Amino acid sequence: MLSIKNLQASVEEKEILRGINLEVKAGEVHAIMGPNGSGKSTLASVLAGKEDYEVTGGEVDFMGKDLLEFDADVRAREGVFLAFQYPVEIPGVSTTNFMKTALNQIREHHGEKPLDAVSFLKRMKEKMKLVEIDQSLLSRSLNEGFSGGEKKRNEIFQMAMLEPKLAILDETDSGLDIDALRIVANGVNALKSKENATIVVTHYQRLLDYIVPDYVHVLYKGRIVKSGTKDLALELEEKGYDWIKEEAEAQA
Amino acid sequence: MKEIAGNTIISSLTTQFEAFEKQLNGQSKSAVHQVRRAALAQLQTAGLPAARDEEYKFTNLTRALVKNIDFDKSAPAFALESEAIEGVQVEGLDAYKLIFLNGEYNESLSDTISVDGLTVLPFQTALKEKQETVEQYFGKNAALESDPFIAMNTAFSMNGVFIEIADKVVVDKPIALYFIGDSANAQLSYQIRNLVVAGKFTQATIIEKFDTVGGHESFTNVVNEFSVDHNAHIQYFKIENDSDKAYHVSNTYASQEGSSNFTANTIALNGAMVRNNLNIRLDGEGCESHMNGLYVLKGKTHVDNHTVVDHVKANSYSNELYKGIMDDKSRGVFNGKIFVRQDAQKTNAFQSNKNVLLSDNATINTKPQLEIWADDVKCSHGCTTGQLDQDALFYLQARGIQKEKARAILLRAFASDVLENIDNEAIKNYLEAIITERLEA
Repeated sequence: MLSIKNLQASVEEKEILRGINLEVKAGEVHAIMGPNGSGKSTLASVLAGKEDYEVTGGEVDFMGKDLLEFDADVRAREGVFLAFQYPVEIPGVSTTNFMKTALNQIREHHGEKPLDAVSFLKRMKEKMKLVEIDQSLLSRSLNEGFSGGEKKRNEIFQMAMLEPKLAILDETDSGLDIDALRIVANGVNALKSKENATIVVTHYQRLLDYIVPDYVHVLYKGRIVKSGTKDLALELEEKGYDWIKEEAEAQA
Repeated sequence: MKEIAGNTIISSLTTQFEAFEKQLNGQSKSAVHQVRRAALAQLQTAGLPAARDEEYKFTNLTRALVKNIDFDKSAPAFALESEAIEGVQVEGLDAYKLIFLNGEYNESLSDTISVDGLTVLPFQTALKEKQETVEQYFGKNAALESDPFIAMNTAFSMNGVFIEIADKVVVDKPIALYFIGDSANAQLSYQIRNLVVAGKFTQATIIEKFDTVGGHESFTNVVNEFSVDHNAHIQYFKIENDSDKAYHVSNTYASQEGSSNFTANTIALNGAMVRNNLNIRLDGEGCESHMNGLYVLKGKTHVDNHTVVDHVKANSYSNELYKGIMDDKSRGVFNGKIFVRQDAQKTNAFQSNKNVLLSDNATINTKPQLEIWADDVKCSHGCTTGQLDQDALFYLQARGIQKEKARAILLRAFASDVLENIDNEAIKNYLEAIITERLEA
């Protein structure tokens, strides 16, 4: 589904990704871990198409298409979803209206008719249950005055509404208490299928107790320095990142 | 005569005034005409705003008028088809319509209004039929010295509307004043004088819209005086979506008695240069004033909103919210003054001006001014200017929404709190349609 080859990216002349290689197949869950500043969030943003980052080399193939050729909105319509680490507050735009616009733009992209009001509401209700989010929250301005947990649940709600092929969760666990973490993870798990894939970007292993990855990759200084199974995450939890750093420095 | 700003315009106006006076016959001895004479004298002494005039610092209207408008030319004949007249009106607005063509009231196109206790007359008719009331209120709120364009307008006050609402009368529909100019064959300039006298416990909405149809320049100068008695609820709309060559200046003065409520919605969407002066005097306790402003500008449009809120008595509330979106080479100016006099204890006065600049060549000059002499008041003001929030834009795009659409959504959301304050569905829809079309273009 996703094939990243030697991806390099920089922001304001500063090189952050220094050659990422990653293969993600449909049905898989990949976790990307790493110490602060290793480039995890940059990778997520670059895949989603944030313009602040300049891709300086490498390729990203998404379902046979050159992902880097597309603007952020086209990537989303092609099936890439980024759950933001810091969801933006947008006064004056309700989540409901925002989702209606987004969903219909995606449908239009695939040559489908806009969803009628009844079907849209039905879908909303169904997905709201999934992340235990209240209607009143969705009628309010997007993320404005939402708690940290509400914002993250809203991200997963949007993901559920848009049914992406590739979901990238950027530090979705940051700032969540255990209940919110469980709700968010349940939502993500319920959406998993053989046709879609998930990339979970996280600093801590905790989220991976709930969203069990098939592969774990450790990112350090803009490169994947170690890959393994979920056991690698447990090892990191136990030993921290220092031994990874030492190993990487020794190799370099 | 000493050198004053705009002296060529003033000498043209002096000639015009002499001709105007001749056709007045018997009325030239009236009290109103003495005010006109004083107004011309004031204009001749003080002149138009000079380049260094603090009040017109960012809006050199005098220079623009000298350059673009020939005051020696008489108004062309009005020859527009009814389609053009219909075209500038707010669709779906259920209102009593009054139509003015090149400044002059047109009876056949206007609605006949028969509401008990409501008097609506062309201003010149009111000068004869409602002489006493006119003399009581005319020029009382809009003082000649406060703005040169008030003096100019007052000198020629003849066209416009007089509205008197008797105590306890609730006017069931808004009164819409459409001022339509035909500049297809020649340039055009005219002045409008409106006087609204709202009695105790009255309720009414008045809408004012200036439009020029045609390719030549136009200049319109309007003065509105509102007298708002105890417990009256008056709402005033000013919608400016005029031609690219329209120069417009307005002075709206309202004076409020105790427990009255006055709302001004000032919307500017297009024109060459627009200057709106809005002055509200809260001359009673328990008054409420709301000032909503929205300017969405493109091209070279220049819109200047100057507002003054004067809290004279205690326990009143004023709230002002002006928002602007500027694209291309457009320019916005906002100047908001709040005065809280010594007797106006327990005043609550709030002001906010927020702007978004969409292009490197767009400009905003914004200046809040608070002068507070009372010691027990709550006042706040704030202004922000920025570009479109790039993180928000990316957020919307990351959900599949096209960049242009996402931009329009964000700008529409930015303008929404002003639009939400608009208490008339047809006007709200009309504005939303224009703004959405503008933003998605």
